Amino acid sequence: MPDTVTRPPAPLVEAAGLTKSFKVPRSSAGTTRLRALDGVDLTLERGETLGLVGESGCGKSTLARVLLMLDRPDQGTLRFDGTDPLSLRGKELLAWRRRVQMVFQDPFASLNPRLNVAELIGEPWRTHRDLVPRGGRDRRVRKLLEMVGLREGDARRYPQELSGGQRQRIGIARALALKPDVIVCDEPVSALDLSVQAQVLNLLAELQAELDVSYVFISHDLSVVRHVADRVAVMYLGKVAETGRTEEIFANPRHPYTAALLSSAPAPVGSEGTSRQRILLRGEVPSPIDPPSGCRFRTRCWRAEDVCAEEVPPAEAHGGDPTHTAACHFPLEPAHPVPPVSGPQRG
Amino acid sequence: MSTTREAAPPSGAAAMEVDRLSVDVRTPEGTAHVVRDVSFTVRSGETLALLGESGCGKSMTAQAVAGFLEPVADVVGGEIRLNGSDLLALSAAARRRLAGPGLAIVFQDALTALNPVFTVGTQLAEPFRIHERLSRKAAKAKAVELMERVGIPEPRSRVDAYPHQFSGGMRQRLLIAMAVALRPSVLIADEPTTALDVTVQAQIMELLHDLRAEQDTALVLITHDLAVAAEHADHVAVMYAGSVVEAGPVGDVFADPRHPYTRGLLDSVPGSRNRGEPLRFIPGNPPDLRAVPTGCAFRTRCPIAREDCATHRPELSETGLGRAAACHYWKEAAHA
Ligand SMILES: Nc1ncnc2c1ncn2[C@@H]1O[C@H](COP(=O)(O)OP(=O)(O)OP(=O)(O)O)[C@@H](O)[C@H]1O
Ligand code: SF4
Ligand code: SF4
Ligand SMILES: [Mg+2]
Repeated sequence: MPDTVTRPPAPLVEAAGLTKSFKVPRSSAGTTRLRALDGVDLTLERGETLGLVGESGCGKSTLARVLLMLDRPDQGTLRFDGTDPLSLRGKELLAWRRRVQMVFQDPFASLNPRLNVAELIGEPWRTHRDLVPRGGRDRRVRKLLEMVGLREGDARRYPQELSGGQRQRIGIARALALKPDVIVCDEPVSALDLSVQAQVLNLLAELQAELDVSYVFISHDLSVVRHVADRVAVMYLGKVAETGRTEEIFANPRHPYTAALLSSAPAPVGSEGTSRQRILLRGEVPSPIDPPSGCRFRTRCWRAEDVCAEEVPPAEAHGGDPTHTAACHFPLEPAHPVPPVSGPQRG
Repeated sequence: MSTTREAAPPSGAAAMEVDRLSVDVRTPEGTAHVVRDVSFTVRSGETLALLGESGCGKSMTAQAVAGFLEPVADVVGGEIRLNGSDLLALSAAARRRLAGPGLAIVFQDALTALNPVFTVGTQLAEPFRIHERLSRKAAKAKAVELMERVGIPEPRSRVDAYPHQFSGGMRQRLLIAMAVALRPSVLIADEPTTALDVTVQAQIMELLHDLRAEQDTALVLITHDLAVAAEHADHVAVMYAGSVVEAGPVGDVFADPRHPYTRGLLDSVPGSRNRGEPLRFIPGNPPDLRAVPTGCAFRTRCPIAREDCATHRPELSETGLGRAAACHYWKEAAHA
């Protein structure tokens, strides 16, 4: 049957205006508030990978915690597959939690050393009892082991006997055990050696193709993000500076911060990097306790003008591609125009 | 605002030669041979990257060279020649007199390496007071000068501040300032930017690059990051399981690797494949250094290993002009 739906279906996850602040001690006395997220919009399609990049303290992990409903936003809305998780309470919320899972950076710190691999993989079912019937659990563990490329014999081993790459596979199997729709991966390969990192990245890609799971992929490594992400959101001091299709962002950064970030990373090995212009930013990221007025990047931006201190730049499309937006009063010209692609871009 | 890196300067005289350096570490489970017959040369005004994955012995090599090994580690063989004299043959006192003026190191855990209870001025002035016997006032003036040189804004007003009052990037600058205070001929930087944000990393690498050019320093850059090595080094020595497995000019080595491990590493880089295409990888994990495989340490993961790889250890030997690899079958690795 031909599909007659003309409007694209709503994204799996749609967040708008997410704001989150924390109480922190003031250097003199008393407390003050630190805005870790300040009006973040974001969408995630089913089966899509969204790369989240930005420097330390920009709010990536806070955003992840809000998406996981580990932290409640102070303001903003969240839609998840037609429901509003913020309105859920008690049992309903517990049941919803299954649908968004997390893979951590340090697989070792996140695994209970007293449980063996089989117990670790089955641990999430203690909370979500009805998901897999008791009688089917052993079989399911074996299946999960196989899916993440561990041997059946590994089931009785303990995390401390395993390598970093193997532990990260357990972390992935645990996340998969609950059949989630979304997995938030917070620096999932940064603790791994390059030769092992490639194995885990391949695994994540295979699982996505098989299960149609979506990833929010947080990484400081731009070459990793470029390889795995369909779309990228660049964050700076609690705001999204720029977002768009991965190729678009890497080829045509419009926000000065994105351009600086991309040019700061050493050129990928094998690329013709010698003619590249490096944008050296002055200074470091200012404190999120007292961020600059107007555009938060203005203290380091070489294009800043008076208006940048006065008005917060809205996120807008500056070229032909409406999905590519940058929050800047004076966006950069496109360097290498990429023809727009219709429909979701899938690797 | 924008800068483009100029071509590497021509190679100068050998500032430091490390020859068959070996280090053992005593552990409760036995002796680990963490550095095994490591040799490399670094020239004035040139950067050598010591490249390898975690645990391959990069930092141990650096600490042995700098004379800062932990008590459980011992140099069990080899020579370290600094401007001609063998450091390992010197007495501890003589070696200390050389350190600073001759050779300095910026440690990996830089952010904890500053002493929190002394002002940065006191810490920066120390080398001048010890080695140049300067007065307190003259040494402090030198400290301000140093802070200025490494790009710390308003050095005069910040010289009396404590380390915690500086950001991560500024603390890294302070450590580099301490290391280069006495204008060493060799500077070892152990993962100098790993803990820093990318935009700050770029600033620090630029600083090291400028200091090297200014003082004709020989820079040993220890890194696990191929892209950092490719961009900032002239030569590279690739380490695996405690040994150098390949060495040569960085562009040549990366364009035409001659050891299966180097080749495997380059293939694992995400940028080497198209998006969506699976990455290649090296199967398995690096060996436990207490039980390194016999013969070639890489043989358990090597796609072209043969029987004699288990019985004969390959030596690092010349494979072409300025290039060396430790593989019996490097000609096949080069074309695999
Ligand atoms: N529970 C908390 N209490 C106080 N401040 C917090 C808390 N959690 C996060 N923050 C602050 O919020 C800001 C954003 O933090 P977040 O952890 O999201 O950054 P990040 O982008 O993940 O950084 P990194 O890459 O270093 O992990 C930071 O300034 C952080 O110190
Ligand atoms: S709005 Fe102004 S300060 Fe902000 S990024 Fe754009 S030009 Fe720079
Ligand atoms: S010596 Fe043998 S095992 Fe070692 S790298 Fe060469 S071919 Fe592989
Ligand atoms: Mg984080």
